[in-house]
Amino acid sequence: MSIIYFLIGCSVLLALAFLSAFFWAQRSGQNDDLYTPSVRILLDDEQEAVEDK
Amino acid sequence: MPFIVIPGPYIKPHFWIIENIKMTRSILSEKTVCYHCGETCLTTRYTIAEKQFCCQGCKAVYTILADNNLCNYYNFNDHPGANRNRLDKRFQYLDEPGIMKELVDYTDDQLTIVTLYIPHIHCSSCIWLLEKLNKFNPAIYYSRIDFLKKQLNVKFNPAAISLRELVELLYDIGYEPLISLQDVIKKQNAEPKDNLVQRIAVAGFCFGNVMLLSFPEYLGLSAFEQSFKHFFGWLNILFCMPAVFYSGWEYFNSAYSNLKNRVLNIDFPLALGIAVLFLRTVTEVITHTGAGFADTLCGLVFFLLVGKFVQRKTYHHISFERDYRSFFPVAVQVITDNGEKPVPIAELKVGQRILLRHNEIIPADAILLKGEALIDFSFVTGESVPVSKTLGEIIYAGGRQTSEAIELEVVKPVSQSYLTQLWNNEVFTRSGNNRMETFNQRVSKYFTIVLLVIAIASLLVWLPNWQRGLAAFTAVLIVACPCALALSTPFTMSAALSIFDKNLFYLKNTAVVEQLAGINTIVFDKTGTITAPADSHVGLNGYLTDHQKQLIYSVCSNSNHPLSRMICHYLGNLEKLPVVNYREVAGMGIMASVGSHEVKIGGGRLLFHKDDGEADATKVLLMVDGVYLGYFTFRQRYRNGLKRIAQLGDDYKLFLLSGDSNHEKDELLSVFKQAERMNFNQSPQDKLDFIRLLHQMNARVMMVGDGLNDAGALKQSDLGIAVTDNVNNFSPGCDAILDGRAFDKLPQFLRFAKNTVSIIHISFLISLTYNLIGLSYAITGLLSPLTAAVLMPLSTATIISFTSIATHIVAKKRNLL
Repeated sequence: MSIIYFLIGCSVLLALAFLSAFFWAQRSGQNDDLYTPSVRILLDDEQEAVEDK
Repeated sequence: MPFIVIPGPYIKPHFWIIENIKMTRSILSEKTVCYHCGETCLTTRYTIAEKQFCCQGCKAVYTILADNNLCNYYNFNDHPGANRNRLDKRFQYLDEPGIMKELVDYTDDQLTIVTLYIPHIHCSSCIWLLEKLNKFNPAIYYSRIDFLKKQLNVKFNPAAISLRELVELLYDIGYEPLISLQDVIKKQNAEPKDNLVQRIAVAGFCFGNVMLLSFPEYLGLSAFEQSFKHFFGWLNILFCMPAVFYSGWEYFNSAYSNLKNRVLNIDFPLALGIAVLFLRTVTEVITHTGAGFADTLCGLVFFLLVGKFVQRKTYHHISFERDYRSFFPVAVQVITDNGEKPVPIAELKVGQRILLRHNEIIPADAILLKGEALIDFSFVTGESVPVSKTLGEIIYAGGRQTSEAIELEVVKPVSQSYLTQLWNNEVFTRSGNNRMETFNQRVSKYFTIVLLVIAIASLLVWLPNWQRGLAAFTAVLIVACPCALALSTPFTMSAALSIFDKNLFYLKNTAVVEQLAGINTIVFDKTGTITAPADSHVGLNGYLTDHQKQLIYSVCSNSNHPLSRMICHYLGNLEKLPVVNYREVAGMGIMASVGSHEVKIGGGRLLFHKDDGEADATKVLLMVDGVYLGYFTFRQRYRNGLKRIAQLGDDYKLFLLSGDSNHEKDELLSVFKQAERMNFNQSPQDKLDFIRLLHQMNARVMMVGDGLNDAGALKQSDLGIAVTDNVNNFSPGCDAILDGRAFDKLPQFLRFAKNTVSIIHISFLISLTYNLIGLSYAITGLLSPLTAAVLMPLSTATIISFTSIATHIVAKKRNLL
């Protein structure tokens, strides 16, 4: 059953990795504007697409 | 949200049927709307490529976009543009290094970063266009919109394009930034640096892991698994550390500072609960006497912080803290010996001569020296009909010149003008919030005292048995920790806030809901508040045939005078006849010939060469071929729902404060019941003093006002509501902003606020019930960690679901959903 020590260690490390990822996202401003990107993604640039072809 | 993509341009058919000019229908053309902004087109003068525009400005924007191949702008939404009726492009002041330095976020030789507030940002087309600024000028490296804040962040090369050119470009494409001295943007972007989101993340992380590690304990561990139990216990303590010392630390700080000020607020029992939970957990794990309450502790901190987060609702696009500085322009043109020069208005000195062009705001009290002044004081008084001023007259700051350019001499510095001196009043320097105490503040005082008494009593009861006594003492503090109580207010209030929000009523923060429920006196401003400013009621006294209407329409459509424009709107979209010999006499009226008819429109002096003596109501007299036909009157229309406001008189004391003379007294008597409750000819200072007087009579006053002249009264009252027809435009500092369209819902809002407070009371009772159940276990000293771990989230979940469901039901009942 001592494998549990190892498993818990792994799970805590994984959770810490996610926590630090969240901290990084927050610090780098990814959560500052949660609305505009949802609109921006719907706007395609049709004219340039035509030029590419 | 207006994000439906409707493909292709859309123009209503436009044709005239000219069969019989005397038939009524025949002279009405089909209504066309401007391709750019969606306003009704009054003329067919502005047309390109079969697209109709209402004015030169809109047409110009279209041309610029067409030249840059950016007409897709019109494909995402119908009529996405701002109306460009006003044509005034004056940004010379942006070349002044001093002003520029204030506005930019960062600048060096290669790169300047600036954030601009653009009120018109409203749809996907705006995002599409403004993020393509690079196509207009390659010197703009980067442009990004924050849609909810209505802000545009631009990075550009200052060597190739100046800030002024950038702003002019934005202006040209129909997105004029609002640049003011009181830079709202910087304040809004400087969010409170308390890392609340990070602290929630840490608390959530700890909570999840602790739950995972506590679960085996709930299910029971066999004897040979005891080593795991100790291991889990130590890990739990480890996870509690960041939850207590990072996430929950503010509760200790706040409790300490409140104790120092001899105030018992809800943070004290919360901090006590957290401390006791932590100490007991550590002791139990170290002494191997139990599993501790790590799960309850982390859950408590997590839920409390989530409650805090919910409470902190902000409207990024609305500013509640504006003062006169954000209303006045940044700079004004001063006439010096070497010509004109833009000067920041703070540096404006008495005796300087200033030049104001069409549509500029008068920044300081000044004497008119030259030109025809036709001043629109609508931001100040709410009166939309411009006032004419004669040479040598003092013009108070805050008015907007609507006629040609004028020259003025400053007689008072900006900070001491008639309107701005209000801000030197003590009301505005008052820092603390001595407004009404919230329910939470009142209750938590007694709650804390009762809690401490019960805890100490249970300790004393078990006294010879120290261990049992301490166990009971700590258990009481743990179980009675007012988590649900602390959450009931933020969750109810934020639910209420979003309901108000949907009904176009924006509250500054959650505490305002309670203030709204507590008031007993309402004071209204008249002009602009209970009357609709933009929407003057045009009345026609006399009878006009269709042909005469057409004659008058044709003449008036040549004039830019606001009254002429209102007459055109009133007469509707008629066919324009050719006008010759057109002459506009400033301050008097217009004369012209249409076909064989001679038309005179204007005041008594123009038509009869004498004044009719009535200066009160604005009148425009009409004369065709020397025959007097009657006159137009311009009166302000009351907002819809004034009758419903009158019904408020049963529950509240209603007062009226008006800057106007009392010629509408009789009509308003039906609303305000008693003549002595209506005060006319009130100066801004009088309004403020009146509110102060009501306070001395122990009234809890809500002031409803709109203009700068109400600013003092709004601030002085317990609850100041600014009524505005465009929430993005200027409104004076206040606690809540009410969109003019929702004015008739005010009685519902007040009743709903009262219901919300009742919901908070009920949820307080619910959380008390949970506390009592928990206490019955706790005083025996036999509180198991599992009971605590179940009770706490259960009570929290009950409170949150009760408050949100109850608020929803009440809102439905009040027709607010």
